[in-house]
Amino acid sequence: MEKPQFVYSVYIASTPEKVWEAITQGDFTEQYWRGSRIESNWQVGSPVKLTSGNAVVWTGEVLECEPPRRLVYTFLGPWLQQEHPSRVRFEIEERESLVKLTVIHDQLTETGLKNLTGWPLILCSLKSFLESGRGLSFKNYF
Amino acid sequence: MDAVFKALADPTRRELLDRLFENNGQTLGELCQRLTMTRQAVMKHLRILEEANLVVTIWRGREKLHYLNPVPIHEISQRWINKFERQHLDALTELKQVLEKQPKDN
Repeated sequence: MEKPQFVYSVYIASTPEKVWEAITQGDFTEQYWRGSRIESNWQVGSPVKLTSGNAVVWTGEVLECEPPRRLVYTFLGPWLQQEHPSRVRFEIEERESLVKLTVIHDQLTETGLKNLTGWPLILCSLKSFLESGRGLSFKNYF
Repeated sequence: MDAVFKALADPTRRELLDRLFENNGQTLGELCQRLTMTRQAVMKHLRILEEANLVVTIWRGREKLHYLNPVPIHEISQRWINKFERQHLDALTELKQVLEKQPKDN
């Protein structure tokens, strides 16, 4: 097994079910993920995509889906400039009164690695959205 | 947030983060190399970093890998840096880096 390239984690005052909804439903992602909507029927083998208006931000395929604990999909975005999809894994665990959300991103090429920059801010925005009802404004980031 | 500041207020812990920034996903053994302190001392520093969520660990087989997690640092910057200031601050940081690369007597 290859070593994952990035592991990010955030503690959120919420429940695993709410965190699960927030990462799998477009109505929620729209409020914290740069205004983008995630779309999938979340069946293993089904497509998944993130769209911003009419533009497709990235595409992938559902590899594992065990609500509300674990979600794995492939991830192919043009800005990563890699031929084969990378892979994203979400793990949701309860830690006392908090939820620990871990994002593990691997199978990135050297170029993909350099071009991947978004997760820390998206996770901060997700935390803010679940705890205060408002995601971050991404104006002036990039 | 107290835990994050406490964790960052130590040069050894900042060095451990620098090492993970250079090469993410290291074992305790790898992190101990080139450090003149005991394995126990490094473990203690890593535990403090982990409690502050600045380091996240995952298991790969029997190996425990340590990763730099910048999310708490983003939370701090989010709290005090106005979104409209960010571009100016980025420009200033860049200027500082460029100037500090030049020899002083130039």
